[in-house]
Amino acid sequence: MSEIRKMTCIVCPMGCQLVVNLDDNGNVTGVANANCKRGVAYAATECVHPMRTVTGTAPIAGGGVVPVKTDRTVPKDLMIACMMVINETPVPANAPMGTIVIRNILGTGANVVTTKDLLGFN
Amino acid sequence: MTSVDLVIIGGGSAGMSAAVAAYDAGLRNILLLERGNALGGILLQCVHNGFGLHRFKEELTGPEYAYRYEKQVRERGIPFKLETTVLDITADRVVTAINSEDGIFTVQAGAIILAMGCRERPKGALNIAGTRPAGIFTAGTAQKYINIDGYMPGNEVVILGSGDIGLIMARRMTMEGAKVKAVCELMPYSGGLARNIEQCLHDFNIPLMLSHTVVEIHGRERVTGVTVAKVDERRRPIPETRQYIACDTLLLSCGLIPENELTRSAGIPLDRITNGAQVDQNRQTAIPGIFACGNVLHVHDLVDYVSEEAEIAGRAAAAFVQGKNTAPACEIALRTDGKVRYTVPQRITAEEDVRVYFRVADVYRGVTITVRDGEQMIFSKKKGKVAPGEMESVTLTAAQLSKVKSGCLEFSLCLDEAKGGESA
Repeated sequence: MSEIRKMTCIVCPMGCQLVVNLDDNGNVTGVANANCKRGVAYAATECVHPMRTVTGTAPIAGGGVVPVKTDRTVPKDLMIACMMVINETPVPANAPMGTIVIRNILGTGANVVTTKDLLGFN
Repeated sequence: MTSVDLVIIGGGSAGMSAAVAAYDAGLRNILLLERGNALGGILLQCVHNGFGLHRFKEELTGPEYAYRYEKQVRERGIPFKLETTVLDITADRVVTAINSEDGIFTVQAGAIILAMGCRERPKGALNIAGTRPAGIFTAGTAQKYINIDGYMPGNEVVILGSGDIGLIMARRMTMEGAKVKAVCELMPYSGGLARNIEQCLHDFNIPLMLSHTVVEIHGRERVTGVTVAKVDERRRPIPETRQYIACDTLLLSCGLIPENELTRSAGIPLDRITNGAQVDQNRQTAIPGIFACGNVLHVHDLVDYVSEEAEIAGRAAAAFVQGKNTAPACEIALRTDGKVRYTVPQRITAEEDVRVYFRVADVYRGVTITVRDGEQMIFSKKKGKVAPGEMESVTLTAAQLSKVKSGCLEFSLCLDEAKGGESA
């Protein structure tokens, strides 16, 4: 049966209240109330396979933590699993910002990169 | 006593943006003073993304956003001192500060920009009954422990308050293996952004208990649980709704308060709603040559708006030092009707385009935002929904301002029709 689903867009801080039409097979046939194209794309993905960017911290070899993120979104269901892998992977203590810490984490195609410069400005 | 053209107090997003804008407006003799051990302020512990969508058209994490501004500060060679605490400022712009290298020192400033940010409302301000064991943190403190120090402050968590930091920490602690049992919000609506309710709570099936508060904290050495209760429409707990939730950690996300001790000691008049200084369109306080921007002026939702506001203050401070300030073209006081709680700026002294920011007192659906000069309506805009958690703005044009006769503009919300405009 076709379905109308309401959802809050998370693409930007506006938080548009999207109304999504789905057909019998769960495919998106229409998105209303989105203020931008990215909201339409978000709704289409969210209804089929929700994706999220993972952000957090990774351990620095020798102590401390450094902020990291996935450089693209990963399946929502894998977020915590990704975090567990990140927590087990030490980052060199002199890694510049954007260093790839883990390639293709859990086969998602996303790399985990540092978001802080451990080298410092010089 | 040394003199500098401009002293900026605070090296977070506001301070760095103001410094860069003042430099780019021609000032060279600038001193940026930062209490922490790095530039960047609170952004450094905000490791999540969502920053910079307006400014940079891309989604950055807090450290990445801070890095972009630190780079600009360093590229310009703007002098800054870290681990330096400002102790006092005076109305004639003498700044007294302390650090371990210089000791106590004073600087005569041509202009001052206040960019000290805000702090979280602490437990002591909340009047929660019960014991005072370990395990009670403000959400921002827990964020610092996890994201800067790499230390998890607890395993089973209840969060009081649904401000954005509380929501972000609900997700962060869940991602690190903690069980977040509930987020309690005293009000019937969340103070956080809708996207954060979605991606921080719904994504992890964390219950948001609206119109609920923590009425008692349990535990001797460490928190063992909290009692929560529903509140009535006057926000009084309803005894028969009390329920016990076992937990070892209580996070508080109950509002942010601009940090204005220095502002007060200089005798700068504050706005009793924003808890920040009263300013004109240049973000100049009632004392000429002292400006304020960022969360010390009013709490912002987005860092992008902090940067924007800080650039206004930075350019205006530069103009003040350079003697480019023109005499006020007008003196217009901005007033509010109560449904609009406050505006920033609070007064306008130039006939130029001015973007006025404001917050509303409650969630309203189907409203018209109006600006009136006496009986004369000079601006109106329809809006589907407004909420206290989301800052609104209106741009008044030079042409509109030049026609103001009463010396006062009133910002108000008209609820459209009896049906559509009910308070939610």
